[in-house]
Amino acid sequence: MLRRHLLGAAAIGTLARPALLRAQEGPIRIGLMAPLTGVVASGGREMVDDFNWYLSQRNNEIAGRKVEVMVEDDGSNPDTALQKARRLVEQGRAGLLFGNLLANTGLAVANYVKGTGTPYFIPIIAADDLTQRGRIKNVVRVAGYSASQTTRPLADWALKQGYRKIATVSQDYAFGHEQCGGLAQTFTEGGGQIAAQFWHPINTADFSPYLGQLANSGVDAIFTMQTGADGTRFIQQYASFGLKGQIPLLGSMNATDQSVIRTMGPEVEGIVTAAHFAEGSDNPTVQAFVRGHVARFGTIPSLYGFSMYSGAMWVAEALEKINGRTDDPNLLIDTVLKTDLVGSPLGRAVRLDDLGNPIYDIQIRKVVRNAEGKFWNAPMASYPEVSQFWKYDQATYLRQPPYSRNFQGIRR
Amino acid sequence: MNSLNLFQLLNGLTFAALLFVVASGFTLIFGLLRIVNLAHGALYLLGGYIGYAAALATGSFLLAVLAAMASVALAGLALDQGLLRFVRGFELRQVLLTLGVAFILNDLGLLAWGGDTFTVPVPEALRGALRFAGVFYPKYRLFVLALGLVVFLLLWLLLNRTRLGALIRAGVDDAETLEAMGVNIRRIFLVTFMLGAALAGLGGVVGGAFLTLYPGADSEILVFSLAVVIIGGRGSLPGAAIGALMVGLLNSIGQVMFPELAYFVIFGPMALILAFRPLGLFGRAA
Amino acid sequence: MPRAGPSLPRLGVALGVLLFAALPLVLPTYQVSVATRILVFSLLAVSIDVLAGYTGRTPLGHGAIFGVSTYVTIYWVTVAGGSPWAGMALGVLAATGLAAVFALLAVRTSGVYFLLLTLALGMVVWGVCLRWSTVTGGENGLRGSVRPAALASQVSFYYAVLALVLAATFLVWRLVRSPFGLTLRGIRDSESRMRALGYNVPLHLFIAFTLSGMAAGVAGAAYALFNEFVSPTTVSLAQSVQGLLMAIVGGVGTLFGGFIGAAAIIVLENTVSFYTERWQTVMGLMFVLLMIFAPEGVIGRGLALLRRRR
Repeated sequence: MLRRHLLGAAAIGTLARPALLRAQEGPIRIGLMAPLTGVVASGGREMVDDFNWYLSQRNNEIAGRKVEVMVEDDGSNPDTALQKARRLVEQGRAGLLFGNLLANTGLAVANYVKGTGTPYFIPIIAADDLTQRGRIKNVVRVAGYSASQTTRPLADWALKQGYRKIATVSQDYAFGHEQCGGLAQTFTEGGGQIAAQFWHPINTADFSPYLGQLANSGVDAIFTMQTGADGTRFIQQYASFGLKGQIPLLGSMNATDQSVIRTMGPEVEGIVTAAHFAEGSDNPTVQAFVRGHVARFGTIPSLYGFSMYSGAMWVAEALEKINGRTDDPNLLIDTVLKTDLVGSPLGRAVRLDDLGNPIYDIQIRKVVRNAEGKFWNAPMASYPEVSQFWKYDQATYLRQPPYSRNFQGIRR
Repeated sequence: MNSLNLFQLLNGLTFAALLFVVASGFTLIFGLLRIVNLAHGALYLLGGYIGYAAALATGSFLLAVLAAMASVALAGLALDQGLLRFVRGFELRQVLLTLGVAFILNDLGLLAWGGDTFTVPVPEALRGALRFAGVFYPKYRLFVLALGLVVFLLLWLLLNRTRLGALIRAGVDDAETLEAMGVNIRRIFLVTFMLGAALAGLGGVVGGAFLTLYPGADSEILVFSLAVVIIGGRGSLPGAAIGALMVGLLNSIGQVMFPELAYFVIFGPMALILAFRPLGLFGRAA
Repeated sequence: MPRAGPSLPRLGVALGVLLFAALPLVLPTYQVSVATRILVFSLLAVSIDVLAGYTGRTPLGHGAIFGVSTYVTIYWVTVAGGSPWAGMALGVLAATGLAAVFALLAVRTSGVYFLLLTLALGMVVWGVCLRWSTVTGGENGLRGSVRPAALASQVSFYYAVLALVLAATFLVWRLVRSPFGLTLRGIRDSESRMRALGYNVPLHLFIAFTLSGMAAGVAGAAYALFNEFVSPTTVSLAQSVQGLLMAIVGGVGTLFGGFIGAAAIIVLENTVSFYTERWQTVMGLMFVLLMIFAPEGVIGRGLALLRRRR
C-alpha cells in the first residue's frame, strides 16, 4: 500500500536540471504526513489508507502524470513532524504537503511552510486561526473544518430542544477550547446558560472526579469534547456512573467518530453530535463510499479516512485543471481555492470561503445501531451552508480574541 | 462545587486500589532483585491486550484474568532469563535495558493491536451502579476496590505466613547472606519476578476494563507506579499501599481542585519525599 | 558506570572540528539542517556526560532543562517581543536556575534513585509546560519567527551553532580536566574516600549539576533558534532518554563522544525511520544491545580497544 523509495537517489537525479523543466515532466511528488506511531496511530493509519485508496482509483495518475506519495510518520510529535516536513520539502522535493492529525503537529508544519511557501493541505487539522486570524495563504483546509464551525449549529439545535442549562467537559488544549467556545458562545447568545466548564488533560484515565460533580449539577444536558481514547473512556464512564439515560449527552464530532465507537458497545447509543460528514446518512453517495470502505478495509470509515479521501480528490481536481503543475505554489493554491469539490463522499458540492475553509451543510447526528448491528452516526437535522463564521459578520468576528480556556465567548 | 465528598473519596480509593495491584508487583521486583523494571507498564498493557483477546474468545472475565496473568508471568520469565541475566548486578544497565524493552513492547503492541482503544468486557454482575449513602456508584469500581484489598491481603499472607515469603523478605534485606546460607536465591528471584509480572498482567485486565487499553496507557501507569513505589519505599508492601493511597487521592483531589497543577500535585510531594527520604517512607537501606 | 579514558588525541579533535566546518561545503541544504541538529544534540549529550561520566550519576531529566531554555527563548521573542540574543541569555539563565533547583534536591541521592528523582523532576516540568497553557501554549506550544535575520540562511546559522557548541564544549572540557573535574572523578570512584579526605561532596555535585544544566541550556537556546517551535514534547521524558542514549552510544566519560553519539543516532533516525515505521523498536533494541554488550558505548568501546592496541 505505502509507496516508498529512496529519496536521496531521486533527488540527486533531478539536481542538475533546470527547475521549471523538472517540475513539469516527472511525477507529481506529494509529501504525506500522518501519525503512524504514538497515541493516535490508528487514525493516522486510516489517513494514509484512504488517501492512497483515492489515488489508486485513478491509477495514481493526475493530469496524465504519475503521482508519487512519500509517506512519513510524524510520530504524533510536533518536533518530528517539523523535521519530516523539512525533509519532504528540502530533500524529497515534494511539490505539496498533505496531512498531519494532531493540531500541534499541524501548527508546527504550518509555521515552517509559512517560510517556504510550499502548499500544505490539512483535511484534519482544525485549529481555527489557521484559516482565521493567523491565516497562511498556502495552508488550505481542503475537506477539513475549523474547530468551532460545527459546534455552533449543535448549540442552536440544543436550544431548540429546550435545553437552557448545560455543562461542558473538554480536553484542555486549543482544539478543545475552540470546539467548546463555538458551542458556549452560540448557546449563551441564544439565551442558554453554561453552568460549569471542566477542562481535563489529554489522556485522562479516570473521569470520575468530573462525573461526580456533573451528577448533581442539575443541568439539562452535558456537552463533551473528546478525541481518541479519552472519548472511549468518557462515554464508558458516563454510562457506568449511571448518567446515561439521566442527562442527555452532546458531543464534539470526534467524540463519536467511528475511530472511537467502532470498538464500543451500547453505551454510545443516543449521543448527539454535529459534523459535515455522517456515515449513517441514507444519501446513496455516502453509502457507496461507506460500502467501498468496508469492503476494502473491513471498517466503517471515520472522519480521518473520509477527510483524507475527499481532500485528495479536491486537490487532484485542481491539479487536473493546471496539468499537474506543482512548480508554481501560488498557481496551485489559487486554483484549489477556486475549485469546488463535487464528487466527494459527502454527496453534494462544497466550496471554500476566501480564507481557505470549506462551507458545509452541517448534520446534527445521533449514534444509532445500523442494520448490521454496528453503531454509526445517522443525521437527524441539517443546517445548510454553515461557514466558519456562522451568522456573524466576518470582520466583526475576527476582532474577538481566539477561544481559550479564559475566553469562551460566553454572554451572561 | 469543588468540594471533596464521598464520591470523590471513592474515586481516589478505587484508583488507588488499581495502582496498588500494579505497583505491588513493581515494588517486589525492585525490592528483591534491585531492578527498576521500566517495562512494567508495558507488561501491564500486554496483560490488558491478552486479557481483552481472551475475554472476547471465551466470554469469561475470570479466564481473561488467568490468561493475562499466566502469559505476562511467562513474558517476565523471558525478560529475566533472556535479557536481564546478562546484566546482573549492574543497576543502571538493568534500568536502561528495561527501558529499551518498554519501547520495543510498546511498538510491537501497536503493530499487533493497531492503536485502537479497547475495553475489556466486564461480567454482567459487575455492570451498572449501586446506590448507597446518597451516592450512585459503579459496581465495577467497588469490585476493583475489593480486589485491591484482597491482593493486599494475599500478598501479606504470602510474605508473612509462608516459607517463600520469609525467604523473599530476607532477600529484600540481605540477599548475599541468604545465598551464603545455601538458599537457591536465583529461583526465588525468578519466582518473584514472575509474580511481579503477573500482578502487572492482572492490573492490565482489571484496569483495561475501566481505564481502557491504548498505546500510551503503558507509560501512564508506569509513571503512577513509579510515584507509588518512590513514595512508599522499595520492596515494602505497606509502603506500596500507602503510596497508592496517596497518589490515588492526590490525583482525585488534584484534578478537581488544582486542574492547572494536576501533575505538580502528584509529583511535587514525591520529589520532596525522595529528596528528604531518598529511600521512600518505608524504604530501608540495603 | 565505566571509567573515563584519557582525553582524545588532539589530532582527532582537530580533525573532527575540520570535518564539521567543511560539512556545509559538500552537503545539500536539508543535510545542513540535519548537521545543525546533530550539533545541538551533541551539546546536550556532552552536558549529560558531565554527570553520567564524571560524577557517576545518570540523569533522566536533562531534556526538561534543555527544553525550558527553548521555551524561555521562544517566549521572549514571540510573546514578549524581545531580541533573540537576550532570549537566549534568559533561556540559559532559566535552565541554569532550574538545574540548581534539581541539584539541590538530587545531590544527596545516587544510583537508581538519582535517575528516578531526575526523571520525576523532569515529569513535573513537563506537566507544568503542558497545563500552564496561558504561558506555554499548552499542548500546541509556542511558535513564530525566532531566528535573527543575520542567521536566516541555513549555512550561516550552521556556522553560528558550530561556534557556539564548540565554545561551550571547550569550556566543559576545561572544567572536567581541571582540579575540580578530578575531584568529581574521585567522587565517582569512591564517595566515602573523598568525604574522608575532607571534600565537600554535595557542594561539588551541586556545582557540577548546575554547570551541566547550563550547558544543556545553551543547547536548548540554540534549538529554539533552529526549530522556531516548542511544545511539551521538547521537555518530555523521551527527550531526556534520547539525550542519554546519545551520551551512552558516544561513550560515557569521553565527553567528545557526545558528538559521535548524536551523529550516530540522528543519522540512523533519518535513515531508519525512512524505511520503517518501527523507529521505536530500533531505539529500544539499541538500548538493550548496548546495555548487554557495550554499556560504555560503541564508540567508547572501539576507542578503548584502539588505545589498548597502541
